[in-house]
Amino acid sequence: MSLAQATAVPVSIAPVASKRRRWWRRYGLASLGATIILAWILIAIFAPVLTSHSPDLVDVTNRLKPPSAANLLGTDALGRDVLTRLLYGSRISLTTGFVVVILAAIFGTLVGGIAAYSRGRIEEIVMRVTDLVLCFPPIILALAIAAALGIGATNTIIAMLVVWWPKFARLARSLIIVQRSQEYVEAAMVVGLSPARILIRHIIPNSVGPLIVLVTLDIGNAIITFAGLSFLGLGVIPPTPEWGSMVSEGRELIEQWWVASFPGLAILSIVVGFNFLGDGIRDWLDPKSRRR
Amino acid sequence: MPRYIVSRLVAAAIMAVFATLVIFLIANTVPGDPVRAQLGDMAASNPEFLAAWRAKWGLDLPLWERYLLFLKGLVHGDLGISIASQRPVLDDIVNYAPATIELATAGFLLSVVVGVPLGIVAAVRRDTWIDHVARFVSLIGVSSPTFWLAFIVLAVFYGELQIAPGPGRLDPIAFPPDRVTGLFLVDSVLAGNWESFWDALSHLVLPSTVLAASTLGLITRTTRASMLESLQQDYVRVARAKGLKERRIVTGHVLPNALIPVVTLGGLAYANLLTGAVMTETIFSWPGLGRYTFRSAAALDFPAIMGITLVVAVTYLLINLLIDISYALLDPRVVR
Repeated sequence: MSLAQATAVPVSIAPVASKRRRWWRRYGLASLGATIILAWILIAIFAPVLTSHSPDLVDVTNRLKPPSAANLLGTDALGRDVLTRLLYGSRISLTTGFVVVILAAIFGTLVGGIAAYSRGRIEEIVMRVTDLVLCFPPIILALAIAAALGIGATNTIIAMLVVWWPKFARLARSLIIVQRSQEYVEAAMVVGLSPARILIRHIIPNSVGPLIVLVTLDIGNAIITFAGLSFLGLGVIPPTPEWGSMVSEGRELIEQWWVASFPGLAILSIVVGFNFLGDGIRDWLDPKSRRR
Repeated sequence: MPRYIVSRLVAAAIMAVFATLVIFLIANTVPGDPVRAQLGDMAASNPEFLAAWRAKWGLDLPLWERYLLFLKGLVHGDLGISIASQRPVLDDIVNYAPATIELATAGFLLSVVVGVPLGIVAAVRRDTWIDHVARFVSLIGVSSPTFWLAFIVLAVFYGELQIAPGPGRLDPIAFPPDRVTGLFLVDSVLAGNWESFWDALSHLVLPSTVLAASTLGLITRTTRASMLESLQQDYVRVARAKGLKERRIVTGHVLPNALIPVVTLGGLAYANLLTGAVMTETIFSWPGLGRYTFRSAAALDFPAIMGITLVVAVTYLLINLLIDISYALLDPRVVR
């Protein structure tokens, strides 16, 4: 079939679909994403109940055992149960993902909001600083900071925060500039509300939609980046179970594929979850982009 | 137009200098101690040795003086000496850059050559199997951690199937081609050494595929979304009403408009590939800037880190400049 034939009726009206089908089209992927995320959150909370092994228990007599009934996902080079470490690992990944993105979003939105709202000299300075941070590739800057601060989850989170806020500042600024010229802002000024109050109580809530989309999509990014820094040895201190460092521990073990494969699949699944949910929220907030 | 370019160039140069200041401040105000990272605890516990070592690297001078020294060197094209390798940082960078350029360019070409057509076909044949394939590929691409993907492809194609060569740029016992550009593919052709060319090419396949994965996902997604947007514009309806062939409408009307956002993304993606090769290079033992960056960061080798940051920031700024210029060429409305 040629291109021409395929596009004979390109902008057709969607055929009448059953209710269930329509629901699936509209909310299916988003709810699938939400379910994956919720499942991982529950796993993180109830990890000790879900497994009878200890994540740190070294048992060298039982090392590098392939998946079996006793160890569903096998054991690693120190004889630790891979499944158990994987379940516990969700704690660090979820925490860092949420903490980095939410703190960066709050800080970035405030910075962008102040810039957009004050205009003039302050806006110029703030946005140049934002550009300055953006012209560093995040991973290199985070690498330098994390290496300088020393190994540890908190330090890595700090390093990521330094490079994470500017994109929120940029987005918030552009959203708020649009809102600023709306009539309700003028009305609020006439009523005599303070600029800070107008910004925080009126403008930000009105422009929060795209920010929520970016936050959702970005948590997946943050989880990958943290795992990457961990993989390079800058994230968590061993023997803390963490997905990135688990992949790193298994990277030489091509024969014992289960050591590195499963933690990577865990990262993949959670990131897919956040991508589905983020896309779903975007479609919901902006019907124009639906079904893209 | 020339004025636009000059003013952007000047702005970029100022930004680059500021970038060095930022990294300098980070490097010198964080608690990490390069002396201990370099010397180890034994040597660092000897105060005389420590003082001599600090003096040698200028670490005893006040902060502003050190920065001025750095700037002065910079003007003379001197980025300082790497503490870890004991060689000029600029030499190190020149030495490692070609490997990264080769890898990133291969990854970039791969993601454009596959991603753009895939995105176009997915949009034109929306909701067919090929659209679902495109969306699945891009989802997996953007959601997979690079370091894990690298492990998987090595385990499958090198370990299990044994159809791909292992890590490195060449066979471990092979000699690299005479260095002209440092790009093995180019140098081996210049030397007429085809054996070396195929060796280098086959070693490039796995790492460039891994590196391309997330970019491929992004480019496919953006192309598809942008095509769908353009397909619904009024001028498409007009073209159809005029009775133009669908193929003409897609290639002549929709594509030029739909590709503008893809150009921006593509430029940024290339910049990201050049700098984002840290993971891929580490796993594939690829002797490029990414691995050099990682080693310098881990050793707190600040002259090297500052040099790399500067080079990378300049690359970023230049690519951004190129994007803006190509934008102006593609869409005349941009230049006021």
